[in-house]
Amino acid sequence: MAVPESPTPNSHSPAVGRSVSRKDGLGKATGAARYADDLTFPGMLHGRTIRSTIACGTISGIRRDFDPGGFTVVDWRDIPGRNVVALLTEDQPCLVEREVRHQAEPVLLLAHESREALLGAAVHIDYLPGTPLFDPEQSPRSFKDILIEKGSVEAGFSKAHLVVEGTYRTGHQEHVYIEPNGVIAVPEDGGIAVHGSIQCPYYVHKALVTLLGDAVTQVRVVQTETGGGFGGKEEYPSMLAGHAALLALKARRPVKIVYDRVEDMAATTKRHPAIVRHRTAVDRDGRLLAMEIEVILDAGAYATLSPVVLSRGAIHAAGPYRCPNTRISARAMFTNTPPNGAFRGFGAPQTEFAVEVHMDRIAEALDLDPARLRDRNALRPGDSTATGQVLGQDCSARQVLRTALRKSGYRRKRKAFAGTGRGIGLSLYYHGSGFTGSGELKLGSRAAVELTATGVRILASSTEIGQGTRTMHAQIVADALGIPYEQVEVAQPDTGVVPDSGPTVASRTCMVVGGILERAARELRERLGNLPPEEYFRRHGPVRVTGEYEQPGWIRWDEVAYRGDAYATYGWGCDVAEVELDRDTWEVRPRRLTVVADVGKAIHPALSIGQIEGGTAQGVGYALLEQVTMRDGVMANAQLTNYLIPTTLDMPAVDVVLLENPYPGGPSGAKGLGELPMDGPAPALVNALRHLGLDLRSIPALPEAIMEAACGSP
Amino acid sequence: MRITLNGAPRDLACHPAARLLDVLRQECGLTGTKEGCGEGECGACTVLVDGAAVCSCLVPMAQVRGASITTIEGLGDDHPLARAFMDEVGAQCGICTPGMIMTAVTLGPRPSLPRIRTALAGNLCRCTGYEAIYRAIRKP
Repeated sequence: MAVPESPTPNSHSPAVGRSVSRKDGLGKATGAARYADDLTFPGMLHGRTIRSTIACGTISGIRRDFDPGGFTVVDWRDIPGRNVVALLTEDQPCLVEREVRHQAEPVLLLAHESREALLGAAVHIDYLPGTPLFDPEQSPRSFKDILIEKGSVEAGFSKAHLVVEGTYRTGHQEHVYIEPNGVIAVPEDGGIAVHGSIQCPYYVHKALVTLLGDAVTQVRVVQTETGGGFGGKEEYPSMLAGHAALLALKARRPVKIVYDRVEDMAATTKRHPAIVRHRTAVDRDGRLLAMEIEVILDAGAYATLSPVVLSRGAIHAAGPYRCPNTRISARAMFTNTPPNGAFRGFGAPQTEFAVEVHMDRIAEALDLDPARLRDRNALRPGDSTATGQVLGQDCSARQVLRTALRKSGYRRKRKAFAGTGRGIGLSLYYHGSGFTGSGELKLGSRAAVELTATGVRILASSTEIGQGTRTMHAQIVADALGIPYEQVEVAQPDTGVVPDSGPTVASRTCMVVGGILERAARELRERLGNLPPEEYFRRHGPVRVTGEYEQPGWIRWDEVAYRGDAYATYGWGCDVAEVELDRDTWEVRPRRLTVVADVGKAIHPALSIGQIEGGTAQGVGYALLEQVTMRDGVMANAQLTNYLIPTTLDMPAVDVVLLENPYPGGPSGAKGLGELPMDGPAPALVNALRHLGLDLRSIPALPEAIMEAACGSP
Repeated sequence: MRITLNGAPRDLACHPAARLLDVLRQECGLTGTKEGCGEGECGACTVLVDGAAVCSCLVPMAQVRGASITTIEGLGDDHPLARAFMDEVGAQCGICTPGMIMTAVTLGPRPSLPRIRTALAGNLCRCTGYEAIYRAIRKP
């Protein structure tokens, strides 16, 4: 779709709702933007991580077969504080002491001036191997169990006209940010500064303070330009920064560690594989009477963020539907594989894939059109979700569905494609904005605006990782102050300079942090009276206003019973996928995706559309291409040669329609947006294959799987 | 070894098997060229060698003796494609952008969409889904 025109900016036209020029556009388009690997510091060494090569066991010895001259070597005994990567549960060591729980687990660190010497150093680790566990369904150990209950599923099943059951599976997915993980640790003033490709500077700060203890008097974390994150730079940079810091402290010199693609893919987090079982009762007209859902996530060897990924997955598992009786039980299971973690969508793409494919199977069993079944059951304002949250007027499930049907010509094509090599399918989905339940209250995020000699500067730890944080925050602040967008600058996230605005995750950066900044800017405007900021600064000197998160008064959440208002609001989406199948090679070619998304308010229409187009592409890859092959508990295809993400030739045309049904608590009505488009493409594409008569219940739907669905096993 | 780098002659003392990418970034300080995979799959390291777009991570220095090499820095600060990428939000995280632009400059003015898609098939972008990149390159 065409990007809305940007009128010539002037001091009186509001910035919100216009596609203003990106703050970071020029640097990125000229190659001037500096990413972690573009930085060097005087005396800098390069660091390397020696990793475990078995999935389970204990280390019995480490032999170093290299001349130690010029090398700095660090093992767990060099850790001055506590040997943990501090996050939710402190179970993961920064360096293995004895017990190995997965392949590619960090054991030893080396640093040297010369990359060649570093790569040439041979280290042999001897093990007493154990028996690894790879099947999450056989695992005796769960990191988290969640039960969400509403009504009585037994009562619902007793009235069933029909019961439909099914099991749905989704695989790992690798983030493939085009810039691999990288940081540089620099000793400074009795402390350490870490510069790097980081989504959440204060997460890294917390981890470093725990790891380094009294050995440093101060820790500073600075985000460099970041070449994509998608959740993949949410938790692992805490590990990597710890490694670089340990080497830098021991060597007393700056140390850079930049992973190559193979190491990044093999060692760092991925999307959790999931197994989701559905059992659903419906009446004669297809109304949902009861939904019983079991969710199993493969968490890997340490907790990382799995408990909260599971939480979001479980809350979204019943889909955007009204059902009086629901029981969702969910578990995140230990396996001897590298820990899985945050990835755009955070558990919801897995469970929404399952419920959306299941809905098509219910429609099939009732001989009902899938769109009609969804329209009949879609949540309306006043309905309650599985956690009992009563939805307000900001619920748009039926609007996005009806708009997508109309825009795509679904009904006409559904008939016209019958009996051809083409199929059309859809998915209806939603995504909670911000942290779950009382999570935002616990974060207590802060963000500030301050006067400068030329205008105003934003101080927030929210990171720009491509999504447009700088630009969108500056638009919100400019309008709240009534000044031109160009007069607002955005400070680089540096924990020595900016307050903790919470992590850049969970589709919260616009709605939550943008909201805090809007209030702070309004307060600053009061202080200025009628003076322009630069004039006030000239007369009165610096002024800073720090805003804090304020929870809307109506939110009630019981995190033990999993009842109440899970999210302040939801984004809503509907995808219609059109595919063409080659019945000789069983390759699927997606032809067109129509994506209708209610984002509340598009602060920057071109950036909003960009988020949806990009998230949709990741969803296409998730559905049709991206297969992580695990061998002995580690990714065997850890390279871009055989882990394939969509190229220009794989992507279909994408038609985006933005709807703006505002959330009154967001800046100008904005809801969360970044993750929403990840939830829809996979089920829509698999449902388009179902329209072609193929019963697929797992992704990725590679040609081999489609061939098997069509022809049976060879 | 002598090459022409962004229009000016340049003498380099480097190993013949050194990767062009490393020489550009480390010896010449031209960090606009990025490394994404090191195996010629992602295209983030694309530069022009005698006018052809190549992955500089796959090119040993011995192969470019006497050649004319253009990097993103060689296009200057006001190239129409750079401006179009800014205006159409063709860059999100920006790490693939220099490589995208270096491939796009070989297409000439007003290329057709099928031609763009074919030419850019070796340049991966994980942020945009490519649509905004097409809009930027097709911008008159």
